[in-house]
Amino acid sequence: MTTALLERPITPTAQPQPAVEPEAKAATKQFVIINWSGDLDKVWPVLILSSTAAASGLAVKVFITYWGLLPFVKEDRRIVGHNWMQKMLALMQRPGIGHVKLTKMNFFGMGPWMMGKLAKQNNVASPRELLEAALALGVEFVPCQMTMDMFGLTRDDMIEGLGEPAGAATAIEMMTNAQSSLFI
Amino acid sequence: MTVLLTADELVDARGLSCPMPIVKTATLVRTLASGKVIEVLATDPGSVKDFEAWSRSTGNELIESTQEGSVYRFLIRKI
Repeated sequence: MTTALLERPITPTAQPQPAVEPEAKAATKQFVIINWSGDLDKVWPVLILSSTAAASGLAVKVFITYWGLLPFVKEDRRIVGHNWMQKMLALMQRPGIGHVKLTKMNFFGMGPWMMGKLAKQNNVASPRELLEAALALGVEFVPCQMTMDMFGLTRDDMIEGLGEPAGAATAIEMMTNAQSSLFI
Repeated sequence: MTVLLTADELVDARGLSCPMPIVKTATLVRTLASGKVIEVLATDPGSVKDFEAWSRSTGNELIESTQEGSVYRFLIRKI
C-alpha cells in the first residue's frame, strides 16, 4: 500500500552528526545486557562482556535492576534504605562491587575469597577493574527507577557515571533496538 | 620486498587475562590518529582468536599475528 508509505513522517536530515570516528561503522551496532543479579559469578561476565563489546566498537547499554543494582552502590554505603525492611535487605546483601557473593558455594564468603584469589593468580581483572574499564569505554549503565525506590536507593547512593534511571519501557526499547540483548 | 614496520605504540598485555588485552588495546587505539600502528604483546592464548574477531568488529587492520615462545605479538593498524 502506498498510503502507508506516504503517512510516514519525514525524518529530519539536518540533525547534528557526531564527529566521524573510525569505529563509526561498528558503533551503529547495539548490545544490551539486563543485569538482574548481584551475584559475583553473574556480575563478572556482565562486566567482561560489556567492556569487551564497547572495546569492539559497539554501543553498549546495561540495564541494572533488582539485585543487580547493589554492585553499583557506592562502596562506603553499608546500610541503605529508609525503612527497616530496606535496611534489613541491605544488611543481608551488602551493597558495593567489592561485596558481591557467589550463586553457589558461597560458604559465608569463603567461595568469593577463593575465587578472587584464583583470579589474581591467573591475572584475571577484578569486577572493580572491569567496571572502571567499562565506564571508561563508554558503557552506559541505566539503573531501574522502580527497584531503586523499592530498595530505598537514591542517586547519591549509586556510583558516579551511571545513566539516568529509567523504567521497563526504556529497557524494552533498548532490547528491541539492539542487535543482541542478554538477561543475566 | 619486505617492508619493516615500526610500531608507533606498544601495548604490553603480557600476563593479563581475557578481556584485558583487548580492553587495553581498544582504550589506546581510541586516542590515536588513523593509520597509526600498534604493537601488542600478550600471553593469553585466547588472544589470537580474539584479536582476529576484534579487528573484524572494529575494522582496524590486523597486519600481523605471530608467536615467539609463549608471547603472542600482534601488529594492528588503526583505520
